[in-house]
Amino acid sequence: MFKKVVSLVLALTLCLGVAALTACDNGKNEKLGQSADLIPEIALDTTGITVPSTFKIGFIFLHDENSTYDLNFINGAKRVQAALGLTDDQVVLKKNIPEGNECYEAAVDLANAGCCIVFADSFGHESYLAQAAEEYPNVQFCHATGTTAHTAGLSNLHNAFASIYEGRYLAGIAAGLKLNELKEAGKLKGSTPLMGYVGAFTYAEVISGYTSFYLGAKSVCPDVQMKVQFTGSWYDETEEKNAAEALIAAGCDLISQHADSMGAPTACSDAGIPNVSYNGSTYEGNEESYIIASRIDWAPYFLYITKQVCAGAEIDTDWTGSIATGSVLLTGLNLDVAAKGTKEAIETAIAQFKAGTLDVFKTSEFTVKGAALTTYMADVNTDPAYTPDTQVISDGAFQESSFRSAPYFDVQIDGIELLNAKY
Amino acid sequence: MENQNKKREPLLHITKRAVMPVWQQALIRAGAILSAMILCGVLAFILIPKLSANPSRIGEFYSCFFKGNFKTVEITWAFFKDVAVLLCISLAITPAFRMKFWNIGAEGQVLVGVLAAEGIAYLYGSRIQSNFVLLLLMLVAAIVSGALWGVIPAVFKAKWGTNETLFTLMMNYVATYLVIYCLSKWITSGSMVMPKLQVGVLPSFVNQYFSTILLVLTLTVVLYFYLNYSKHGYEISVVGESENTAKYIGIDVKKVIIRTMILSGALCGFAGFLIGAGVNNSVSDTSVGGRGFTAIMVSWLAKFSPLFMLLTSALIVFLDRGASEIASVFDVTGALTDIFVGLTLFFVIGCEFFINYRLHIRNIFKKEEKAA
Repeated sequence: MFKKVVSLVLALTLCLGVAALTACDNGKNEKLGQSADLIPEIALDTTGITVPSTFKIGFIFLHDENSTYDLNFINGAKRVQAALGLTDDQVVLKKNIPEGNECYEAAVDLANAGCCIVFADSFGHESYLAQAAEEYPNVQFCHATGTTAHTAGLSNLHNAFASIYEGRYLAGIAAGLKLNELKEAGKLKGSTPLMGYVGAFTYAEVISGYTSFYLGAKSVCPDVQMKVQFTGSWYDETEEKNAAEALIAAGCDLISQHADSMGAPTACSDAGIPNVSYNGSTYEGNEESYIIASRIDWAPYFLYITKQVCAGAEIDTDWTGSIATGSVLLTGLNLDVAAKGTKEAIETAIAQFKAGTLDVFKTSEFTVKGAALTTYMADVNTDPAYTPDTQVISDGAFQESSFRSAPYFDVQIDGIELLNAKY
Repeated sequence: MENQNKKREPLLHITKRAVMPVWQQALIRAGAILSAMILCGVLAFILIPKLSANPSRIGEFYSCFFKGNFKTVEITWAFFKDVAVLLCISLAITPAFRMKFWNIGAEGQVLVGVLAAEGIAYLYGSRIQSNFVLLLLMLVAAIVSGALWGVIPAVFKAKWGTNETLFTLMMNYVATYLVIYCLSKWITSGSMVMPKLQVGVLPSFVNQYFSTILLVLTLTVVLYFYLNYSKHGYEISVVGESENTAKYIGIDVKKVIIRTMILSGALCGFAGFLIGAGVNNSVSDTSVGGRGFTAIMVSWLAKFSPLFMLLTSALIVFLDRGASEIASVFDVTGALTDIFVGLTLFFVIGCEFFINYRLHIRNIFKKEEKAA
């Protein structure tokens, strides 16, 4: 008994001591923390939407909340559910649906259960969703990231994406300014600033993403270069961490990523390298390395399709969300890591995007093999051989996401080196 | 002290049972499933927020198992299709398992089957006019590649005594990366997603899955007779029981190992053909989705008897689909509902102990004074 009392007292003293020490520590380095979101979620405007009690919407997700990609969609669905006051019976979520026949089965099941809208979130779901769309002409099938709705000839199949390249461009500005700061402080690893980027596949969505990020950085830091390492998977924490570590070892001063796990942010945190994140803030646990993150908010799209169906109106075959629709978001800036003046620079660019005076893929801002791009045929209409079919350069810019919602920018521009382009 | 302990009867001890009557075995297994279900209910009550907030939904919880499998005609067909595919893979690995050749490479053997079938359909589908010819080519390609994937470890085992468990496991990884490699070559947009193909699709009669189900049922009966009433089946059993006995009575053990693994691999390839042509009409590195490993459990639970596998594969599909339905209805992560599946299987496997052994418990009240 006596021993127990003694050990208890000792333990308590220790706890208090640690608490006191931590308190002192806090006093020394006051953290500034994160600023308010630079492009915050918009309030969902539900005026004029009357949802009939028979309304039902079904969602098909590739994974569940453990994947940041799917979590982003799930949160969007829940926000719209709350905003419209839909019951749990009216919003059906099907998670962990692979990109195979299971998607078709899930879509048929949702349609039979009385859903007016069936939404699927992963690229590989599309052809299975299209099969269900053919069989259920009275149900609207909406698909994120897909490419075939505009050529499928089905009036109830729809694609959607967002101009996230604008968000990445803005995040790129934060990266460029951080590199400038490192340069002035003489803390660059090499003679010129070098960024590293962890990508999933050598696919237009990823290429468009890293190129816009690079161009954002270049707009404030003209001599920046970038190396890209692909993982060959959308979600592979180990591979993403390995890729980030390899890039850091190759002399990169800053890392960003387009992949869905915490692999790259963790590697940056461990190595003390600044990180520009994606799919939402990864500030927590990476307070010394995290700068900013962009993400797509799907709630405005979910609200839009609900509104159209409830009003008996058509849904756009291709819908591209933007900063204006509240689809492209930017988190708060980590004030302890970001360079001074970043907030102001980003806010100026946001205003330019809103005014339509800033174009990410202006052909004057990048070169391909030393020359400006004057003509480019992109594969907009998907066919089995992926033949380039549409001229996408006009008015001095690559017209991204204007012929269809999903990105088709797949040009390899100067200044970006692909380390393993096979994926 | 020690002397005292030696004299005292242990609190628990077990003895081997004589063979238990079949009805008693069935009763114990049913009891195991029932108690697992009750425990799942209790756990669900604690872990699923929507259920703890509204305990009256417990009935809905259990009805999910029914709804996930038989709610509509389409879902019922999908249930039987899932059973057929799992059953087919389980049947495929059974000849090797009966021989005590621990083939855990079904995942890869099936996957190369899917890859071969869908590769043919993707590359040559538009050039071959007759669907029948195309399907035949896909079938042959799937069976040959599955057999090849199975026979490589068998040859190494027969010739050099390599460990088949590790070898077949590693072959799974090779198969996965082979699929990824092919997709990166074929899908030039870089998305690594092969869209659903419109050619090389098993014809739909009665239902799109009917031919798949019928083919697997036929295979079950054929394999039952092959394993139990043919000379090959007998040789497999003898090699499994004792290699030395097999040698003594003049069975060529190496030949039997290689022949059986060709059969196992070929049947896995056939399962791959069914997944490709009958279900997905596409290939990805997750086309098999772990069913090559689940099949081991199906086969083992059925004590390697093809007819019992009908039951065990149905049980596992029933639980899996029910769990997905629970995840959807109660909006919880699939990881949570997988616990229910795991728990139930644990009980089902665990109850075998009580079928094979008797548990004796010392009457603790009799010697209470002494123990204190």
